Amino acid sequence: MTYAILQRLAQMLFVMFGISLLVFLIFFGTPGVDPAARIAGRNASPEVLEAVRHSFGFDQPFYVQYLTMMKKIFVTGDLTSFVNRGWKVVPAVLDTIPVTLSLVFGAAVLWVVFSLIIGVVAAAFRDRWPDKLLMILGLIGISMPVYWLGEVMNLITQSRFHDIWLFAWVPPLGYKEFGKDPEGWFLTLVIPWITLSILYIGLYGRVLRASITEALQEDYIRTARAKGLSETRILLRHALRTSLIAFVTLFGLDFGALVGGSALLTEVVFGLQGVGKLTFDALQNLDLPVIMTTVLYASFFVVLANAVVDVVYILLDPRVRTS
Amino acid sequence: MILQVTDLRVSFRTEHGMVRVLDGVSFDVAEGEVLGIVGESGSGKTMTVLAVMGLITDPNAVIEGSIKFRGRELVGLRPREMRDLRGREIAMIFQDPMTALTPVYTIGWQIAEQILTHEKVSKKAAWDRAIALLAEVGIPRPEEAVHRYPHQLSGGMRQRAVIAMALTCNPALLVADEPTTALDVTVQAQILDLLRKLQATHGSAIVFITHDLGVMAELADRIMVMYAGRIVERAAREPLFADPQHPYTVALLNSIPPLEGARPHRLQTIAGAPPSLSNLPQGCAFGPRCPKRFAACAARPRLTLPPHETACFLTGAP
Repeated sequence: MTYAILQRLAQMLFVMFGISLLVFLIFFGTPGVDPAARIAGRNASPEVLEAVRHSFGFDQPFYVQYLTMMKKIFVTGDLTSFVNRGWKVVPAVLDTIPVTLSLVFGAAVLWVVFSLIIGVVAAAFRDRWPDKLLMILGLIGISMPVYWLGEVMNLITQSRFHDIWLFAWVPPLGYKEFGKDPEGWFLTLVIPWITLSILYIGLYGRVLRASITEALQEDYIRTARAKGLSETRILLRHALRTSLIAFVTLFGLDFGALVGGSALLTEVVFGLQGVGKLTFDALQNLDLPVIMTTVLYASFFVVLANAVVDVVYILLDPRVRTS
Repeated sequence: MILQVTDLRVSFRTEHGMVRVLDGVSFDVAEGEVLGIVGESGSGKTMTVLAVMGLITDPNAVIEGSIKFRGRELVGLRPREMRDLRGREIAMIFQDPMTALTPVYTIGWQIAEQILTHEKVSKKAAWDRAIALLAEVGIPRPEEAVHRYPHQLSGGMRQRAVIAMALTCNPALLVADEPTTALDVTVQAQILDLLRKLQATHGSAIVFITHDLGVMAELADRIMVMYAGRIVERAAREPLFADPQHPYTVALLNSIPPLEGARPHRLQTIAGAPPSLSNLPQGCAFGPRCPKRFAACAARPRLTLPPHETACFLTGAP
């Protein structure tokens, strides 16, 4: 068990190394891309370009550049932005992490709870009206773009209906730190959580319904019926239990990607300074050190989430356990 | 009589109208008796026992006729009451032990689950009984085997576990749907021995389905041959093997290679294919494939009277 976890960690490091190398080569090594020209600004003279190139180390071999970059990110942590000279990148990324984690974690709780309920209820009533209703609602949830849904939510709760009793509690947009103001943290995040989770509730509910329905066709369900178990027990203890594997796989991928910055649209709409927003701004300015750092951070979470999924597999499915 | 099935008819609503998969099936099973049902795929043997178990869950199925278990009518019984019977009074062993157990729970858990569903005993007692059952079906080191997952056991061991599960509540009737088909020949023999031994100790009646006449000759007291959802012949084991009456039974027996005598150049086969149930021929369903077909076969034969019943006009069927 310990060995398996250590092995997984080693794999994680290897994957992250690969990703960092790839990202570095894409941004710094692609022919025709000259970071020095970018930093020096338009119409810079060749002498200025040369000076920038030298001061940022672009005239050295790639592996030296790569190692310098890695050292600045992981060891000294003093990597500075190209665009805002003197702006420390690593603390800036670290500042955005709690925002994104708060947003994604809360939404994940919502979407897991509600999609489990929807999937199970729909499978229990398969092909009857509760199933059809839930699946249509799920499809609507999947179909609404999150930026549009977020704007509509804001329109309703911040503007048009802010004064009625239902939405009077909604605080203005922005993030409040959990440590300083837990209640404010919670209240500001409720609407973003709902907005972000609706898509996933629909998606996961439909996936779960499909995999439970499939599991219900299996031979062991017939055995369970022949044993005289109740339909509820068959559904929850036998069909749902074996269907969770697909659910967990999907969850690991989505959660990792969202923490890694895919919650960008939600962050922008609700004015949350998260990792997605930071990456987005850096891409607009082609601020390579920031992009480098956030991509590495994102890859870390995707790889970590997958490692956690593997551990959960071991708990869920005895066939994965190698004895 | 422990089980009395009278004029059982099962049909499915399909796009092409009603398809009848069982047509007028009647049979009895006495206490402690082993009834064998033989037939090729699609002959309705599995459907018959699924109907008895109340396990036809397809909403498009229509079940008519009467199934009486110890005098109690099962057709139209409320699901809750049927559930109470299933696994306690009537238990079932399935064809493929590879897929018949839920992969994520241990053998012991699955046996204890059944005990706890039907009896008010402590968890500890249920687990102890699971261990005892595994020992009884011949699983070595049962106190370790209860903690094994299905995938950690071989096919034969899994089938033993399935049998142990079926025996948990000492059922009066055991339904075995091709329990040896998915196993190696040597393991088949072991499982048959086990079933025979258990039948002697537990005294359950067994309805045994197979398409393997050799297996049938080992175990069954009485044999019932089915074709296209109907019974075509029924007799005690010896007369059926010694003196088969229906051309279909004769053809089935002829298609088995003989152990003694000259080796036949080619094994006999039955010409043609089983008829589509949605498009059964008029009259005798075996008629189009029958070498002895004659004019009377255009009408549908009914079974002759016991002890050796046949649905063939050549044997004087009404």
